[in-house]
Amino acid sequence: MNIVVPIKMVPDLVEELVIDASGARLDPDALRLRLNEFDDHAIEQAILLKEKGAGQVTVVAPDIEGVDDALFTAAAKGADRLIKLTGNWNNGVNNHALARVFANFIKTLRPELILTGVQAHNDLDGAVGPQMAEHLGMAYVGYVSGVIVSDKAQVRKEFPGGMIAEMNVVLPAVLGIQAAEKPPRYVPISKVRATMKTAKIETFPAMELETAGAPTTVRLFQPETGARATMLEGDADAVATRLVEIFRESGVL
Amino acid sequence: MNSDIFVVIEHLRGQVSDISYVMLAAARGLANATGGKVIAVMLGHDVEALARDLAADRVLYIEHAAFADFSSDAYQRTLENVIKENAPRAVLFGDTTIGGDVAAWLSTHLALPLVSACRTFRADGSAPKFVSQICGGKMMAEGDLPAPTALVLMVPGGYKPEQGRAAQAPELVHGSAPALDDLRVTVKEYIEPAVGDVDVAKEAILVAIGRGVQNQDNVELAEELAKSLGGVVAGSRPVIDQGWLAPTRLVGKSGKAVKPKLYLALGISGAPEHTEAIGDSEMIIAINTDPTAPIFDIAKFGAQVDMLDLMPVLTEQVQQAKGLA
Amino acid sequence: MTIPAITNPTFNETFYTSLQTPPTGERVRTCLQCGMCSGVCPFGYVMDFPPGRMIAALRSEIFDRVMNTDTVWMCVACYACTEVCPSGIPLTEKLMARAKEELILAGKVPAELQLALENSQRYGNVLGQSPRKRADWTKGIQATVPVFGKEKKSAEVLWYVGDYASYHPRVQTTSRALAQILNALGVDFAILGPDEFGDGDSQRLAGERGLFEVLAGKNAQAFRKYKFGEIITTDPHAFNAIKNIYPTLGFAFPVRHYTQFLAERLDQLKPLLKQPVNGKITFHDPCYLGRANNIYDEPRALLQALPGAELVEMSHSGKTSLCCGGGGGGMWLDGFHWEKAHTRTSEWRIREALAANATTLTVACPYEPPRFEDAIKTIREASGMEVRDVVELLAESMG
Repeated sequence: MNIVVPIKMVPDLVEELVIDASGARLDPDALRLRLNEFDDHAIEQAILLKEKGAGQVTVVAPDIEGVDDALFTAAAKGADRLIKLTGNWNNGVNNHALARVFANFIKTLRPELILTGVQAHNDLDGAVGPQMAEHLGMAYVGYVSGVIVSDKAQVRKEFPGGMIAEMNVVLPAVLGIQAAEKPPRYVPISKVRATMKTAKIETFPAMELETAGAPTTVRLFQPETGARATMLEGDADAVATRLVEIFRESGVL
Repeated sequence: MNSDIFVVIEHLRGQVSDISYVMLAAARGLANATGGKVIAVMLGHDVEALARDLAADRVLYIEHAAFADFSSDAYQRTLENVIKENAPRAVLFGDTTIGGDVAAWLSTHLALPLVSACRTFRADGSAPKFVSQICGGKMMAEGDLPAPTALVLMVPGGYKPEQGRAAQAPELVHGSAPALDDLRVTVKEYIEPAVGDVDVAKEAILVAIGRGVQNQDNVELAEELAKSLGGVVAGSRPVIDQGWLAPTRLVGKSGKAVKPKLYLALGISGAPEHTEAIGDSEMIIAINTDPTAPIFDIAKFGAQVDMLDLMPVLTEQVQQAKGLA
Repeated sequence: MTIPAITNPTFNETFYTSLQTPPTGERVRTCLQCGMCSGVCPFGYVMDFPPGRMIAALRSEIFDRVMNTDTVWMCVACYACTEVCPSGIPLTEKLMARAKEELILAGKVPAELQLALENSQRYGNVLGQSPRKRADWTKGIQATVPVFGKEKKSAEVLWYVGDYASYHPRVQTTSRALAQILNALGVDFAILGPDEFGDGDSQRLAGERGLFEVLAGKNAQAFRKYKFGEIITTDPHAFNAIKNIYPTLGFAFPVRHYTQFLAERLDQLKPLLKQPVNGKITFHDPCYLGRANNIYDEPRALLQALPGAELVEMSHSGKTSLCCGGGGGGMWLDGFHWEKAHTRTSEWRIREALAANATTLTVACPYEPPRFEDAIKTIREASGMEVRDVVELLAESMG
């Protein structure tokens, strides 16, 4: 079986996000990028399936700064093929465009299963997975936290309150991974460095970017950050009274 | 051009989710701006009764056996027709395990623009605007709600669910589903969460205790307070280590990350290992006798009283307030 | 004598051979199975394979079984075993760290530790904080802390601050105190700021040698950009790394721990110490100053210089000092350690300080203030005890 994992890089929230001069975009120079956490889970789930005998794993990414490390790390975990798509990614790209690029390329790989992160924190125009599924004419199930493959896929789809639906999905399909069955494994740096010497990243040109379908951001702004806590005065009784008021105001009571 | 706002209601196993009511509240504001109606769209099997408290001008109820469960395929095929036939100004979906499977697919299939992570709409006279919350809540993005038809995935927090509940049942009309045989996505069975296990990550009200609780007996006081509030007791690492609370109650780096409506932190200093797991709480209130405790840097309200003094009096006052309510 | 090569060596054989790198690695073959290492190890009683038994496993060719256990992670790299071994086997560095390395290669890492390692790799600091903010602790403080960079390209002293001293709120107090003292002594120094990367020494001893090498390379690159006479460190772990391990990677820099640097300047420092200290002080010898590097006198000399200082010793002190539990990955395995042992060496140590009638426990390693202060909170009788870094006491006395 051919398992393909499209991944994307997202702003690392450890760094402060800076709004650029236009007021409508994040300043790219201030950004540190990291692999989308849910895509990391998708890679792990794909490797787990491979380890159970499912087949080959191909990881595909847009050619963005920092992506090489994510690809080599995936190879160190067991991914078989690493692919970068080159294109004009400099101005950031929305998920509608990325989904078109991925679908256009991935169809040439003829995968039976596509695993990708269910979402990313910088998504503003929906997730990549369901859009890719539509382009490829495949079924889509998101919020998946367990996958078994045979002639079909059996997936565990998460619902609120801890409920899970075990679902049957006809292949080929796209699954939006919420969590791999096991947390993404650790790869020692020595192994990644060794992999850099043996694994090869193939590059292919991405199709021309079509960005239609996403909203236009007119203004980015930061939500009001809380200052230090408003301190409630008085003894335990007085504080309790004030707390009950606060509970009422906020809808807790 | 249609100025109606459609809301795709989310329901599962006999319950309508909170986000549906949030969306209805949002839709009302939007509809007021566009001059249209709020139409709740409900796909279901024998669940008309669930539509009774939806605050909508009309409910479009579509019956089919396939809607006994949620299947992305079934919803996609049905809503595709609904949207094409009605061309509403906007269609609201929950940015959830249900809406997430459907809206983005429809956006591509129908070539309709999609906004996700939307928290509120701004409709002050001019064209309506969306306000979305991205990057872990650290950034807000605002823009014009695309026209003529926009699909929107909504997150909670911008509107109270109560505002989307109606005292009187709305008008209900029936729509028809397309052929729904050969669904590629079907439910085999449901797995319920383990009974008796408390999952602090899913609770709305948490009474969290730290070292300040001092001993096992005082944990009782926290249990009573939590009960009065309709929440559960959680704890920071030292409390679990002492065996005063089960490990399932641990909140923190080596425990669970939580996002309750209320996180009442009692006797918790606010070490990074703990606070990193509570950052998504809607409201943090901290009680600690140490005024320099770092928990006060992230709490909205705080008080420098002894938690052991506070718990019993607060429990009593909450019970009184509920008795009167 | 070399072991004859075998075709298709087993994992046991390969691992055992790999331990025996000269000059000291070969001593593993001279293990007497005396049991001293396992006995002195603070968590030896919890381990399925404490050091001595691990060597026995290697000799019995059942090391595979060790790989199916996880109690190697109880090792806090405190050098107690290495200190007492009559055969002089480098147990901490060559056996325990290597066993952890094999576990990581096999994908068996406790989750808490995994996150710490990933943070170190991604952000250059184990706390997962923004590297750009590494020097933020210097903002708005009274002391002057120059940063190497555009304005300053040379100084007598390069002060290597370290991860915890840069980012952890409790340990930033230590940094401010040391800055105050360096100012008072008129020392010409500067820090690297965001150019500085974590020392990675504990991560090395937790089995991530590759990570250590990457961090060391980056630090060496930063050091080489500037001119300085010597490096001083806040942290004994950094001191150990730069002094003993960096040269094995091909770069050597003169380095001392701040206690050595300040002790050398006692004549200048002593007149500045005005306020007396109250109560009895006891000094906790950090593993990486004491057993790892034989530095016992300088911190005590500094403490004796404090007016009114009454120094008492705990039952384990000097060479026998009891580890705070933070080394070898222990700093990021607290949950794991608690679940296995239901005791903490840091709590044990607080009880020793109490037994010595000390009211102030002084330390000289950034891991220690948070660890010991946490331990105090769970021991009712210790509620009056304070934890201070040596420089904090000095700075407080300076007023």
